[in-house]
Amino acid sequence: MPEVLKAPLAVEFPFTRSLGPVQSAFLTGLRERVVLGVKAKDGRTLVPPVEYDPVTAEEIRDLVEVAPTGTVTTWAWNHEPRRGQPLDTPFAWVLVRLDGADTALLHALDAPGPDAVHTGMRVRVRWAEERSGAITDIACFEPYDGEPAGPTGHSGEFADAISGIVAFARLDYTYSPGRAQSDYIHALSERRTVGERCPSCRKVYVPPRGACPTCGVATAEHVEVGPRGTVTTFCIVNIKAKNLDIEVPYVYAHIALDGADLALHGRIGGIPYDQVRMGLRVEPVWTEGARYPDHYRPTGEPDAEYDTYKELL
Amino acid sequence: MTRDIAVVAFAQTDHRRTTDELSEVEMLMPVLHEVLDRTGLKTADIGFTCSGSSDYLAGRAFSFTLALDGVGAWPPISESHVEMDGAWALYEAWTKLLTGDADTALVYSYGKSSPGSVRDVLTRQLDPYYVAPLWPDSVALAALQAQALIDAGDTDEPALAAVAARSRADATANSHAQLRGSLPQGEYLVRPLRTGDCPPIGDGAAAVVLAAGERARELCERPAWIRGIDHRIEAHSLGVRDLTDSPSTRLAAEKAGAFERPVDTAELHAPFTSQEVVLRKALRLDDSVRVNPSGGALAANPMMAAGLIRIGEAAAGIHRGESDRALAHATSGPCLQQNLVAVLEGDPR
Ligand SMILES: [Zn+2]
Repeated sequence: MPEVLKAPLAVEFPFTRSLGPVQSAFLTGLRERVVLGVKAKDGRTLVPPVEYDPVTAEEIRDLVEVAPTGTVTTWAWNHEPRRGQPLDTPFAWVLVRLDGADTALLHALDAPGPDAVHTGMRVRVRWAEERSGAITDIACFEPYDGEPAGPTGHSGEFADAISGIVAFARLDYTYSPGRAQSDYIHALSERRTVGERCPSCRKVYVPPRGACPTCGVATAEHVEVGPRGTVTTFCIVNIKAKNLDIEVPYVYAHIALDGADLALHGRIGGIPYDQVRMGLRVEPVWTEGARYPDHYRPTGEPDAEYDTYKELL
Repeated sequence: MTRDIAVVAFAQTDHRRTTDELSEVEMLMPVLHEVLDRTGLKTADIGFTCSGSSDYLAGRAFSFTLALDGVGAWPPISESHVEMDGAWALYEAWTKLLTGDADTALVYSYGKSSPGSVRDVLTRQLDPYYVAPLWPDSVALAALQAQALIDAGDTDEPALAAVAARSRADATANSHAQLRGSLPQGEYLVRPLRTGDCPPIGDGAAAVVLAAGERARELCERPAWIRGIDHRIEAHSLGVRDLTDSPSTRLAAEKAGAFERPVDTAELHAPFTSQEVVLRKALRLDDSVRVNPSGGALAANPMMAAGLIRIGEAAAGIHRGESDRALAHATSGPCLQQNLVAVLEGDPR
């Protein structure tokens, strides 16, 4: 078996999320160093506050300020902080019930070690220096042995309340394409296009994905196809793609390589875009060092008859 | 109209830390073939197909559509997908069979955690406003729950270690399990949880065939009849919940009829040792009940499949005649956020 192919894959997504009135007040409050809760229907003060009652699901809007001091209700010592977490030195995850609240808020507690942390210990908010209206405006909690801090008497009304947050996320993967696609990519590096034949219906899949979607069985028999093929259908691209150095308009086509029972897609070059047609015979154009064809160009052969590729549309 | 619906076949992969050499469909397909072979059914005979998976695990967009290649979904089949554990796909299939729209269903699920970092990936399922920006990983959240249990006097570290040891010892009889036999309890991963308290990270897949009424009896010598199945969810804010209890599990069990008569076996989806403590309490399981003879999720925890495997293992015990009435539980989300309970029975012998 050839070596397993692997490549790093980073998935990044900035989610822009709108806020309801309660979430907006809470996060704007953090920006202003004010902690707000919301009154639930059973009289409890929920911090962090939610838009709907966790028991009755009714809309709840009655904001109430709580103190930036509180009590740890449970904790867990994190000796190896991970990317994105509130502190990059060892810390305790804590649920903290702030003074005046009936429920607990999840955050980090900056403490010298696990022996300095216990359930029931008193803590207070350490505010981030730069605050934008986000849960990270609380930098973390820190041990505190003073009196409960009094609320400032804030109404929960803000002149310039935030209406949304942008939440960035990044996840890192090591991508491996599996057996069939690895074989396909290995062959491409030798400028050969190798599909796989279904043992049941005998169709040749290019590129192969390891299974025949009609029969639901594994494909394994390698079949070299092409290099020439037929344009089965195409479109004219008029919008320039980001990070892609190709002049528009250009033609993107489905190409049935000779011997393949499935069309793959590729760009058509070497011919004015408005002269590309169904049935056009094409061949791959490789550039130095490339691992796949840069584009396909006309071979100069007569066009293929419709009947020869109509099943591949 | 009520119909009796049973699990008539179950299959799973050997669960492994990595399956680099296989795409998702390449990993899944042998399990689909195995489960169909057990019943003699072909894809074309299946009335409804439902799957569970998550693209976030391997970072592959629309991976579930590629996985369908392994089913043989052309010409088009009646099919659905949930971005959840396969146990919830089974719930959807059970509902479909109840309506009479189909007599048989294929349910499968798979997860490849090896390409990514599952502890970080799972942070993306959390509240995006107040929690996800802090990136609290799955072990950290389970550790908060474990400490709450210790503070409440419900367990201690030696008791948790005993759960880990029992699970991996039982898994020696399970050739599919990833962690088997005597393993060190290890260092703290996030205190109070040690590596031994945590599930292995791995890749795997599972599949089940459901059938209704007489069709079930034709396909299986001793069908595992689903007497009840229900799922419930906790309030989504962790700080609102009592982490030492699982009222959603208890309610689901009640609705599924679990408390009407004792069960002999329970397959609990407790990825962390401390969560078994919570579930035993919520389900009122005493020492007369065999808990996780398969080794449970502490022995193999392929994401999105481990819950379906609990139902499959419970059913397989009934198929083999080793169990007459079993409870299967599946969970999803942090600290047992959402819970499904099924009660399975074999015909009297
Ligand atoms: Zn085929």
